[in-house]
Amino acid sequence: MSGPVLILGAASGIARAVARSFAEAGHPIQLAARNSARLEEDAADLRTRYGVEVTLHDFDALTLDSHAAFVEGLPVLPEVAVCAVGAMGEQAQSEADPQAAAHVMRSNFEGPASVLAHLANAMEARGSGSIVGISSVAGDRGRASNYVYGSAKAGFTAFLSGLRNRLAKKGVHVVTVLPGFVRTAMLDGMDTPGPLTAEPAEVGAAVLKAVEKQKNVIYTRPIWGVVMAVIRNIPEPVFKKTSL
Amino acid sequence: MSLISGWGRFPKAECKIVSARTQADVEAAIATAALIARGNGRAYGDAAMNRGQTLAMTGMDRMLSFEDGVLVAEAGVLLADIIHTLLPRGWFPMVTPGTKYVSLGGAIAADVHGKNHHLDGSFRSCVDWVDVMGPDGTVTRATPGDDLFDWTLGGMGLTGVILRAQIRLRKVETMYIAQETRALTSLQDTLDAFAETQDAPYSVAWIDCSDGPHHGHTLLLLGRHATLEDLPSRWRPFDVRQKRKLPVPFGAPPFLFRGLWLRALTGIYWRRGAKRAGHALVDWDSYFYPLDALSNWNRLYGRNGFLQFQCALPEEASAAGLAELMDTIAASQTGSVLSVLKRFGSQSGHFSFPMPGYTLALDFPASERSLELMSRLDEITLAHGGRFYLAKDARMPEAVAKADPRAKAYAAMRKQAGLTDRFTSMQSERLGL
Ligand SMILES: Cc1cc2nc3c(=O)[nH]c(=O)nc-3n(C[C@H](O)[C@H](O)[C@H](O)COP(=O)(O)OP(=O)(O)OC[C@H]3O[C@@H](n4cnc5c(N)ncnc54)[C@H](O)[C@@H]3O)c2cc1C
Repeated sequence: MSGPVLILGAASGIARAVARSFAEAGHPIQLAARNSARLEEDAADLRTRYGVEVTLHDFDALTLDSHAAFVEGLPVLPEVAVCAVGAMGEQAQSEADPQAAAHVMRSNFEGPASVLAHLANAMEARGSGSIVGISSVAGDRGRASNYVYGSAKAGFTAFLSGLRNRLAKKGVHVVTVLPGFVRTAMLDGMDTPGPLTAEPAEVGAAVLKAVEKQKNVIYTRPIWGVVMAVIRNIPEPVFKKTSL
Repeated sequence: MSLISGWGRFPKAECKIVSARTQADVEAAIATAALIARGNGRAYGDAAMNRGQTLAMTGMDRMLSFEDGVLVAEAGVLLADIIHTLLPRGWFPMVTPGTKYVSLGGAIAADVHGKNHHLDGSFRSCVDWVDVMGPDGTVTRATPGDDLFDWTLGGMGLTGVILRAQIRLRKVETMYIAQETRALTSLQDTLDAFAETQDAPYSVAWIDCSDGPHHGHTLLLLGRHATLEDLPSRWRPFDVRQKRKLPVPFGAPPFLFRGLWLRALTGIYWRRGAKRAGHALVDWDSYFYPLDALSNWNRLYGRNGFLQFQCALPEEASAAGLAELMDTIAASQTGSVLSVLKRFGSQSGHFSFPMPGYTLALDFPASERSLELMSRLDEITLAHGGRFYLAKDARMPEAVAKADPRAKAYAAMRKQAGLTDRFTSMQSERLGL
């Protein structure tokens, strides 16, 4: 396997790590994000470190009507498409202002689902490919502290699971990635428990492995599987009294 | 706010961490409040800590170009990363400290030295230029000969934020080091051996200070990059794989670092080394970074952390000064498990640590007793015209730091250039820099 890998939302910390893992394994990389010129340094980094070919592409997850043309305009339909698009937003702001909440929902669900739908159809027509959606453990159960973000991720997780189901017989594989805490700028100022916090490079390696081994759903630190199983199974009457 | 510390885990403080992944992030941080840049946190004390704003630079870790041994990279890239990328292509850092987990920016800011200082100088000798962002967000490319370059190399992050740099690497034929170990039994023998092996590209001595200068058991390790001809026929010249790191889960009991126990430990270490004295081929990782094999060995000292003491003594005063330091340490019985003695060659730069002569690095468990001992070591060092390494310091009083006339000049320059209210660390405040 050494076909091109498309990274959507390539400016994020996780995306940079994922791009490095695939480039190290010898894949050419297509980096896509808003104002892609600012990814020039990331492209230089991938070329310098791994000697692979890198191309830059303008892409805006929120402009749904541009997605068909974006996919058609890629120099070649990628072998693997990784969607790392997302925006955490601020729960307090999302509560106070439904417009802000809608922005979070669109960035984490509507936009990613739209672009992946186009890519999925193209890969289905070709009969091969892998799609990776970076969702979140926050989608496993809505919690008071970030349910707007969580609900969008829950939608995205369900979308990916349905897509996997649909494409399983068509040669296209779908991976759902559920990162817990990842040490990126998003966590600045938060003290997260060490054993639950992954380095971006760890996530990159886990995504590469999941694609190579055709895994379906992965938690980037396996311990999160246990943690979320517990959280999902707390009965609602008890859960609503907690502050997780 | 996050509770952080340097590698010695002393002191600890609640600091506001802000991460930079791009130049724009750095600019925004500088515009917000006074700050200090932080690399990979391998300085022992409080050099990379600022309660108000500590700017984490490891997210700026892109390698921008590499050609014929010349690398342009962002300041947050780790030496380990550079080695794993470029050693398989036959290139190794010109100068490296005793851990590969330092950032390029940290290596530049401390102007680190390696086992080859006597021949090749400090890190600055491989730096072609550095891009430094100043208090108003302007980026200046400083090159050797510029004042900004001379203050930045060794300036401990207090001239601005280093964004990226161009460095030159060394062409090597293999990833192995031809090592020669000599076992010695006194300070004088060790100094004689250093003098006699001037031409060895790399040299370092592990010396037992708990026994005083006349019985200072020492292992002197000499090295040079092995050539293809040195290798047994079936060895491959480059086989750079990440080794598994062994974690140190909890602190060792503190009594291990005192009196007889300590002597027993260092005695065992010496005898083991002495038995293996002679020539050997060792890989780059074991030769340059023996401590990196334990991922968090700094926990060995337990919850309170530990303190390092590293001084440099001028050539002519080295023998007497080192003897007095070792006498004092032996008498205190608060010994350093393994002390490192290195030879320094000539040095330029406005505020870098090395000076022609010798440098001794010691570590002690953080305690009142150690602090008292270290004040005595300060006095001995100053009496012999020596100076101290800021990358290892966590506790020096201002008066001791200011005994180095260069510190006053640095503080004056900082003030005049308007740097003192934008770039400050707990260390710079403690030392009045
Ligand atoms: C096991 C071990 C062995 C060591 N051996 C040696 C040795 O042999 N020789 C030697 O010289 N040193 C040695 N050191 C010390 C180490 O090399 C230095 O402390 C180095 O500066 C650490 O780099 P860092 O990236 O971790 O920086 P940090 O510890 O995070 O910061 C150190 C200094 O660099 C500044 N800095 C970091 N990044 C930037 C930036 N982008 N812009 C401006 N300033 C910046 C900080 O403000 C601070 O003053 C050793 C340390 C350890 C833990």
